[in-house]
Amino acid sequence: MGHGDVNALGLVTSLILVAVALAVSLGQQLRLERDLIWSVIRAFAQLIVMGFVLAWLLEPGRSTAYSWLWVAGMVAFAAWTVRSRAPEIPGLFSIAMVALTAATVVTMGVIFGLGVFPMEARAIVPLGGMMIGNSLGGTVVAARRVADELADKRAEVEARLALGQSSREAGKPYVRSAIKTALTPRIESTKAVGLVFLPGAMTGLILAGVNPIDAVLVQAAIMYLILGTVATTSVVIGIGSLRQLFTPDHRLRRLARRAS
Amino acid sequence: MGDLFAFDRVTLSFAGVTALDDVSAQLPQGRLSVVAGTSGSGKSSLLRLCNRLEIPSSGTVWFRGTSLSSMDPLLLRRRVGMVFQRPTVFPGTVRENLLAADGDLSEAVLGDMLATAELDREFLDRTGDDLSGGEAQRVCLARALACRPEVLLMDEPTASLHPAASLALEATVKALCRDHGVDVVWVTHDLAQIDRLAEHLLVLSRGRVVYNGAPGTPNAKPALDALTTGEGD
Repeated sequence: MGHGDVNALGLVTSLILVAVALAVSLGQQLRLERDLIWSVIRAFAQLIVMGFVLAWLLEPGRSTAYSWLWVAGMVAFAAWTVRSRAPEIPGLFSIAMVALTAATVVTMGVIFGLGVFPMEARAIVPLGGMMIGNSLGGTVVAARRVADELADKRAEVEARLALGQSSREAGKPYVRSAIKTALTPRIESTKAVGLVFLPGAMTGLILAGVNPIDAVLVQAAIMYLILGTVATTSVVIGIGSLRQLFTPDHRLRRLARRAS
Repeated sequence: MGDLFAFDRVTLSFAGVTALDDVSAQLPQGRLSVVAGTSGSGKSSLLRLCNRLEIPSSGTVWFRGTSLSSMDPLLLRRRVGMVFQRPTVFPGTVRENLLAADGDLSEAVLGDMLATAELDREFLDRTGDDLSGGEAQRVCLARALACRPEVLLMDEPTASLHPAASLALEATVKALCRDHGVDVVWVTHDLAQIDRLAEHLLVLSRGRVVYNGAPGTPNAKPALDALTTGEGD
């Protein structure tokens, strides 16, 4: 394993902690066994497919257009995931597509425009995945929380509307809380960088023999871009969801409460 | 005297339920109108049409001779205030609640608003957690009054209050109607409350009008009797 090679035994060994989690789930009757096993199998299958795709994309002479196509696919899948987590919000897929596409274009533009990394397949796909993957968590939380808050606090929202507040004004406290919840994990992990964990890109660069200071600078640039991307997409999704949950004449649409 | 609200063949349906079915009725200006009916009769839906928290599936609602659909809903809601069944005090102090209605109110006016709702000025610094049900509902009334509305829609405002607090709130709202010229539409299913308040009576059953006119007439009695038997549920 010394140079990043993992054999079958190493892979099986890495599952020991998953086995511990399974035992805890069984012991505490958490009923998470099925989800745990499914997530392990699914992640493995996805990573294997990803590995083959990356190998194909990285073949010498392959056009980077395929890498960009792959990134576009990731954006569409992420937008679909956001929509499926908050299906009661009309038009959420389109909003998520616009937010994630804009964020990806801007961040990738900065990374490649400023020459942080060369624009080649081995940088486009993983960096695109990093930006979109990190945004996905924030956007799902933002959309879900806006829908839940407006459903749970319907009486309060309607009392605000009855005072002549616009839907934007009436929904502001709930969107603010949703966006805060969506951004808190990213802000906390940004604060803990270097103290609690060393981020993957930096670790990879150091392992590849890059000067640690250079690796730190690259990591800092990526981290700030991720923070900016998560913040921007969460805000756009939060505000966009709010707009979709009211009618143009400032009435709150009927929202189904989700079973917890 | 003209109509305060007029409902012209109004139907309201949502999620496969018809809350109001071809309702035509008028509520007069200058009087305290009571809309009565059992649970599910459509009385709250009728009230929510008056400030456009709902819009009719078909038909027209008129406010002082103007179709509601042609009015700006935000301006309409400042003219037609509403107090809901459950007291909903926003997070923060009572002062912040009143300022949510109008951010430009001075301390003196805030005090006056509380006084009109018969609350002491000291309540301004209290939060919703420090209030009894009756006090919370009075804060909601003061907050609605902070928009200086011409009309107050009261959606079973005493449903969660104890009898003494209910009577006190009724007296406050009657005084608002009598002394300050605020038109009031009060929704209830409580017969004693109808007796105490109604200057005009509209009774609904299963989304239809079963009586609309003066209270205390021989024709009003059978419509009100249905409230005690629960018919229309």
